[in-house]
Amino acid sequence: MKAIGEFIILFALWLLLTWSLAPAQVIAGAIVSALTVGLVGDIFLFKVGRAFNPVRIFWMLVYIPYLIWYIVLANLDVAYRVIHPDLPIRPGIVKIKTSLTTDMAKTFLANSITLTPGTLTVDIKGDELYVHWIYVRGKDVKEWTEHIAGRFEPILRRIFE
Amino acid sequence: MFWDTVGYIFIVVGVVFDLLGCVGLVRLPDVYNRLQAATKCVTLGTAFLLFGVFFIYGFSALGIKALLCALFVLISSPTGAHALARGSHKGGVKLWEGSVIDLYAEDSENK
Amino acid sequence: MITVLIYILVLSVALCIYRMGRGPTPPDRAVALDILGTLMVGFCALLAILTEKDFYINIAISWALLSYVGTIALGKFLENRGFDE
Repeated sequence: MKAIGEFIILFALWLLLTWSLAPAQVIAGAIVSALTVGLVGDIFLFKVGRAFNPVRIFWMLVYIPYLIWYIVLANLDVAYRVIHPDLPIRPGIVKIKTSLTTDMAKTFLANSITLTPGTLTVDIKGDELYVHWIYVRGKDVKEWTEHIAGRFEPILRRIFE
Repeated sequence: MFWDTVGYIFIVVGVVFDLLGCVGLVRLPDVYNRLQAATKCVTLGTAFLLFGVFFIYGFSALGIKALLCALFVLISSPTGAHALARGSHKGGVKLWEGSVIDLYAEDSENK
Repeated sequence: MITVLIYILVLSVALCIYRMGRGPTPPDRAVALDILGTLMVGFCALLAILTEKDFYINIAISWALLSYVGTIALGKFLENRGFDE
């Protein structure tokens, strides 16, 4: 089951990238996808059965525009700090605690944190994320978690858990 | 015609963000701050550029490939930044002296 | 119009190369190299519009993937050695 799902995803990617339905292309794509799944199919993290659940796909479609909006805000923020003659920065590495459990959800949380205002994930140990913050606000782990991960966790929990 | 205009606006915004990211790369004081400016601004700038190409060419071979490329950049760039930040911290590069806190170093020493 | 944008990107690349030459630590140079890869993807996209050939986008895709692998390898390499300024 897992292998078939992976094969479908890889084959769809091949068709999009070559953008032609000539028999030679399709056969070559099928062979390459099957070889890839056979050789390295084990290292895919996610469970394919979950990927075709409509509720999860709906929340994913909600999540993408939400994330893009915060990415644009992040860029305006960093651009302002870069242009400002005094460089208004107060950097530091803080620690936040996440309540997400699956590896896929943590990966997405870490990548979202890196793309949003002034924060960059440095390391993950268990359920603790170390985050470099360009302008540190707040005093303890709870406030930092609220500030950094608060906006993403509810939606990510609906998608991946 | 309308989508051409939208595409060109996206491309101009993307190039401006690329330039700002590189200015940040030169101006900011240490590796981690530079990574912040560089990953955010340059990633979004390049993704906007590729979205602009998608808007101009629509659902043709070129447009779809540009869209896929934008997705690759958006997924791979934060992961690369994460690897570089972790690598330089473990390699012993200190934070800038104006930094307020470094819990990562404290926790690593305690263990 | 596109030509002007290409000149702006060339300016960004110049800033990147300044940081790469200046250092001062190896991770700084690695960051500059990573950013240079992403800028090249942007270059390929602009060239695709300018010349209307779609093979430039193929170059952009392979460049994005290869520079990602290179960055991960550099990160792993930097982890296992100490630096003095």
